[in-house]
Amino acid sequence: MKIAVCIKRTPDSESKFRIAGGGAAIDEAGLKFDMDDFASYAVEVGLQLNEKQGPGETVAIGVGPDAVQETLRKAMSMGADRAIHLKTDAPVIDGIAVAKALAAEIKSGGFDLVLFGKYAFDTSASIVGTATAELLGVPCVTAASKLDISNGRGSARREIEGAGEMVEFALPAVVTIDEGIARPRYPSLKGIMAAKKKPLETKPAQIGEVRVSVKAMELPADRPPGRIVGQGAAAVPELVRLLQEEAKIL
Amino acid sequence: MPNILVFAEARGAELRKVALEAVTAGRALADALGGGEVHALLAGPSGIGGKAPQLAQHGADMVLVCEHAGFDRFAREAIAATLAERAKAGYRAIVIPFSAQGRDLGPRVAARLDAPMASDVISFAAAGDVITVKHPGYANKVIMTLEVKGAPAVFSIRPAAFTPAQNVKGGKVEAIQPAADPSAERVTVKEVIEGAKGKLDLGEAPVIVAGGRGLRGPENFKLIEDLAAAFGNAAVGATRAVTDEGWRPHSDQIGQTGRQVSPQLYVAVGISGAIQHLAGMRTSKTIVAINKDPEAPIFKIADYGVVGDVFEVVPALTESIRTAKKGH
Repeated sequence: MKIAVCIKRTPDSESKFRIAGGGAAIDEAGLKFDMDDFASYAVEVGLQLNEKQGPGETVAIGVGPDAVQETLRKAMSMGADRAIHLKTDAPVIDGIAVAKALAAEIKSGGFDLVLFGKYAFDTSASIVGTATAELLGVPCVTAASKLDISNGRGSARREIEGAGEMVEFALPAVVTIDEGIARPRYPSLKGIMAAKKKPLETKPAQIGEVRVSVKAMELPADRPPGRIVGQGAAAVPELVRLLQEEAKIL
Repeated sequence: MPNILVFAEARGAELRKVALEAVTAGRALADALGGGEVHALLAGPSGIGGKAPQLAQHGADMVLVCEHAGFDRFAREAIAATLAERAKAGYRAIVIPFSAQGRDLGPRVAARLDAPMASDVISFAAAGDVITVKHPGYANKVIMTLEVKGAPAVFSIRPAAFTPAQNVKGGKVEAIQPAADPSAERVTVKEVIEGAKGKLDLGEAPVIVAGGRGLRGPENFKLIEDLAAAFGNAAVGATRAVTDEGWRPHSDQIGQTGRQVSPQLYVAVGISGAIQHLAGMRTSKTIVAINKDPEAPIFKIADYGVVGDVFEVVPALTESIRTAKKGH
């Protein structure tokens, strides 16, 4: 199968964040950036599908400034065959604009399957994958926690509130990937060496008009410092009293 | 006066609580823009129109009822097409819950309308014709203020961020037809595997009782379930360590990569409080933590901490909650 995996470069989610001077961006000093967690699950799913079903091609696609190339190389070191960098001057927060750039590139690529992470850690918006599918006019399954493809048809499980939804669809299609579906592989030394020679094509992203912009960023208010009510089961009456009288919950 | 179109989410024949939250949010946005009307689109199987009065009570001036047998299961393409078609009538914004359905619908509607979109919104502000929203990103660690230009714009709202408020409006009912055949979806739902009957969803429950590795094994989640049952309005959650071990289903996971929740009360049992987990629950109104390790990071953010053996403290708490509930 010909599979595209759209990836994003995001800061390490365990980081402690600070707001940059202008008040409308995070301070990137000291932050480690890598492939977004959900994107790495999507890469793994794409690679496994082609390994099982071969022969195929897995193409990593990323939108953003030049630093995205490092993340695309990582996808190739995991096993993607080639990469496409859709270059922008700065990160774009407008998910619909990013989807347009991706759809313009993917449209003529002859892909059977286009994979995304279910969302990216930084924007946490869940827009780009589904909007890209709509712009391409193909079926879309969001947040798949299981995915099987055979004979040009896919079946997937999605987690919805309090239930699991089992769906079927025909290819070509877009699927956004939930965590836990597959354990992303670490690039091997051989993979890292091979990735240096794999083709990475850079072209300007067809972003168009950007209509969503960041006006401010702030850290959430701190919680009041924690308080220990007591030790062991003996503390339960006091805990229940506080829940009733102070928190007014019971 | 600019009007707002709201998606009133249902599952089968049941209206979901996020529908009332979305109408409340739509009302707030309409008022911020000068007091236009809120129109709620309600799609479901035959009879769903019976839910229209609930929407009117929460601020819907008009309810667009779209009944079709094919809406018995979630028909994402037909609902997106119907919302987009209706939106062409000239709305300032479309408000959709940031729920499993809404995450699927919002970007489709925005792409169809070539409209800008902002997700997971917790508040709206309007100055003249410009709408700004607050949206928590970076797993709730950073609150972004986004400016969204252009009409119509699509917004999805975070579940539980807008409390359904009584605000009685006309709620005039208009029956509409689906803009695409709900029986001809390209993604077909073969089966919906329901969780336990009557189980509250983590995004909607006022109380969450969550268990961590401190419970030592899946069989001990009985303690958590009993405590949740004593509250009567509680859902059961778990840490990533627990769901990775397979003690609880993946869908129960609360944390950065799982569900992000803000209940009235969060009871963390045998949870140390890894950053991954805190990112999913730190916005809870009141946090109770029970853990044997007094140094556990969860105690730094817990309003009420009890240091002790969960196997001793939890049954005592369950008993006390049962008694307290009986007294009311």
